[in-house]
Amino acid sequence: MEVLNNYGIVLAVLGAVLAALVSGVGSARGVSMGGVAGAGVITEDPSKFGKVLILQLLPGTQGIYGLLIAFITLSQIGVIGGGAEEISFAKGLCYLGACLPMAIVGYTSAIRQANASVASIGVIAKKPEQFGKAMIFPAMVETYAILALLISILAVIGVGGLNI
Amino acid sequence: MTDMTDKQFLYAVARIRTKELSLFSKSDIDQLLSCKSEKECLRLLADKGWGTADETDSDKLLANERMKTWELMSELVKDLSVFNTFLYGNDYHNLKAAIKKVYTNSDLEDIFMPNGTVNPELFLQAVKEHDFTLIPEHMRECAEEAYQVMFYTGDSQLCEIIIDKAALNAIYKQGMQSGNELLAAYAELKTAFADINIIIRCIRTGKDKEFIKRALAECSSLDTARLAEAAVNEGFEGVLTYLGETVYDDAQVPLRTSMSAFECWCDNKIIELIKPQKYNPFTLSPLAAYILARDNEIKTVRILLSGKRNEIPDGAIRERLRDMYV
Repeated sequence: MEVLNNYGIVLAVLGAVLAALVSGVGSARGVSMGGVAGAGVITEDPSKFGKVLILQLLPGTQGIYGLLIAFITLSQIGVIGGGAEEISFAKGLCYLGACLPMAIVGYTSAIRQANASVASIGVIAKKPEQFGKAMIFPAMVETYAILALLISILAVIGVGGLNI
Repeated sequence: MTDMTDKQFLYAVARIRTKELSLFSKSDIDQLLSCKSEKECLRLLADKGWGTADETDSDKLLANERMKTWELMSELVKDLSVFNTFLYGNDYHNLKAAIKKVYTNSDLEDIFMPNGTVNPELFLQAVKEHDFTLIPEHMRECAEEAYQVMFYTGDSQLCEIIIDKAALNAIYKQGMQSGNELLAAYAELKTAFADINIIIRCIRTGKDKEFIKRALAECSSLDTARLAEAAVNEGFEGVLTYLGETVYDDAQVPLRTSMSAFECWCDNKIIELIKPQKYNPFTLSPLAAYILARDNEIKTVRILLSGKRNEIPDGAIRERLRDMYV
């Protein structure tokens, strides 16, 4: 058990890395999809740039949420800001688990939100005056990324207070 | 289709969404119909970006519009072979034209259709040298058979039937193998509509069962053996009765009206098939739908211009106009 406890910090850092990495990959793919579709619209009508840009950027938020979780986790375990203390295997595992909602939901929601954004970019191509309505559809997907962010923040902070 | 295949046409589909805005709607067609003459129609078309204000050659104008569609597709898609389902028809037409040109030793120019997968001059060379290894493999067998029929019997109708059937088989096979639902459904409809067209013409010209069987191409929505049987035993009514048992039940009314009404019905069915693609942001399907929509648009404008040129009453022209995609 003593040996396993040496890996507590590893698991906690792994959780932080996964939150930033997986959400970031999802956001990168999502923003890229929006950019490719946006470029198609701009080729024909450059005046729609502003509206298309907002839709393209929507799937980018998951990457930021992932970064936030990674930052909080690394601060909690003392990797950033100093004051690192020994983290038990169980606590490390808890940190890893706390980061997973953001990692998994972040990635999936970024891709799904990009699908909705691409469809909405199609709406902008034909009916730019419907921008408000077109933006609602991808924005709805954001709800689940925010829920995951919330639970990951609460869990990471909560785990910090556990005496295990 | 895989996720990656779905996503690789994002740019192209987004551009097509904007291009769809310039497709003619029903009200644009009504506006053209209300023009008093072909000249006025051409002027209105020029205002909408078709040709120039002093354009007088409507055939050239329509050919240019078709060319524009394929130029756009060449920009949007790296490899145009994804549209072979549409392009094969032009190849087989060019093969037919090359055989007839060589057989009749004609000097006629402009007999070839652009936008095929093979340079038409290659067909000419293959026929002149009687070397069909120069053309794609899927065309060789029918090219040899049609060549033998044409040069040894002079039966141009049989030559056409052989090539037309091979064309339908190639389109059908390509559509089914494309992995795209829309192209597969288009190939099915195209083959079935051609079979119905052939069977009606065979009945009217009194062709025998062997000829009919030789002309019909296989597809999954029609049983060609039963269709041929019905045509030979019961004639036109037999064919309609058989169609009543298939998904083409509603073809009976236009078939009873006229062949042009049936052709109009076929084109409208294709438009009905592609309409959902207006709301699909992924895959190749919206691009394929745009090509078919442009074809339909050009065909409709041709009917309109030819009606105006020949001073056909607006009511008669309207009956032949196709439904529009947008």
